[in-house]
Amino acid sequence: MEEKIYKRPAGLQDNINGYCPGCFHPGIGKLIMSVMEEFDLLERSVMVDGIGCVASNMSYIGIDELNTPHGRPCAVASAIKRCSPETIVVTYQGDGDLASIGLAETMMAANRGDNISVFFVNNANYGMTGGQMAPTTLMGMKTSTTPYGRNAQEHGYPMHMCEVLNTLTAPSYLARVTLIDVPHIKKAREAVKQAIQHQLDGKGFSMVEFVSNCPTNWGLTPQESIQFIKDKMLPEFPLGEFRNR
Amino acid sequence: MARIEINPKLCKGCLYCADVCPKKVIGVTDAVNAKGFQYAVPLHPENCVGCAMCAIMCPDAAIEVYK
Ligand SMILES: Cc1ncc(C[n+]2csc(CCOP(=O)(O)OP(=O)(O)O)c2C)c(N)n1
Ligand code: SF4
Repeated sequence: MEEKIYKRPAGLQDNINGYCPGCFHPGIGKLIMSVMEEFDLLERSVMVDGIGCVASNMSYIGIDELNTPHGRPCAVASAIKRCSPETIVVTYQGDGDLASIGLAETMMAANRGDNISVFFVNNANYGMTGGQMAPTTLMGMKTSTTPYGRNAQEHGYPMHMCEVLNTLTAPSYLARVTLIDVPHIKKAREAVKQAIQHQLDGKGFSMVEFVSNCPTNWGLTPQESIQFIKDKMLPEFPLGEFRNR
Repeated sequence: MARIEINPKLCKGCLYCADVCPKKVIGVTDAVNAKGFQYAVPLHPENCVGCAMCAIMCPDAAIEVYK
């Protein structure tokens, strides 16, 4: 008897999403939805999207969703969780959103240990608005606002959000993963599972940072963007579990 | 026998699936979908072993695997 051994997660809408070809964004949404399906949470979960390419989730993710002002998903998610503790609340945010304009909201939610799961997509630029420098942009990396490359004197250094949040007392789970090949995708799915499990167990703030790509604004093919992650992003943003308690 | 189904409506032709397939099952033809993407197709379906690597790699969840 023929069996379906790999299927499109039920939590996804049935149409083509708005992300660029080869972008990891929809792959991350796919992982989150497959974990929610495995845990049977599709009917009692809310995803809070930031502003940016991330908001393309509106035409992709099939569970209840909310789009907040730029950078504020952690604040909104905390409010939803406090009003409705039985709802599983996750945020989905880019690096401009989470680490720049929304840095205060992110830090405060993490510091309060709000029982939410944050999914943070680090693609080293502002994807949606044309690839401006983000807090995570690599040294020397050319973006539309750093045409000669990021330099420390003018722009400071890349921010490592897992490490920054790891200095706080409250967060319960912090991990950095990537999607460059099958073994890494399997590890990334495990991290998503951990984050949701921490929320189910009431342990407080969890975050998974995805070292992601942006072929379009990096000016690379999808294949070259994977090589760029291996060569340039991973030395700056080491993978691993920073906290699990 | 193992087989894959690639949904032409959902594929954007990044070809991560073709890169990762150990049996070189996947490729493209001249066909494009409604969004103008040259979508991936199983060109050599008889070689598929059902490892699901293509489906795991596909960011757009366009591939389903049967075994
Ligand atoms: C308050 C506010 N300021 C600025 C913008 C313009 N804006 C829209 S998307 C975006 C960048 C988003 O970048 P990021 O969070 O890295 O997500 P990505 O697009 O890379 O997924 C900006 C600055 C806005 N929508 N609202
Ligand atoms: S602009 Fe970059 S981040 Fe946005 S969908 Fe395209 S590749 Fe992905």
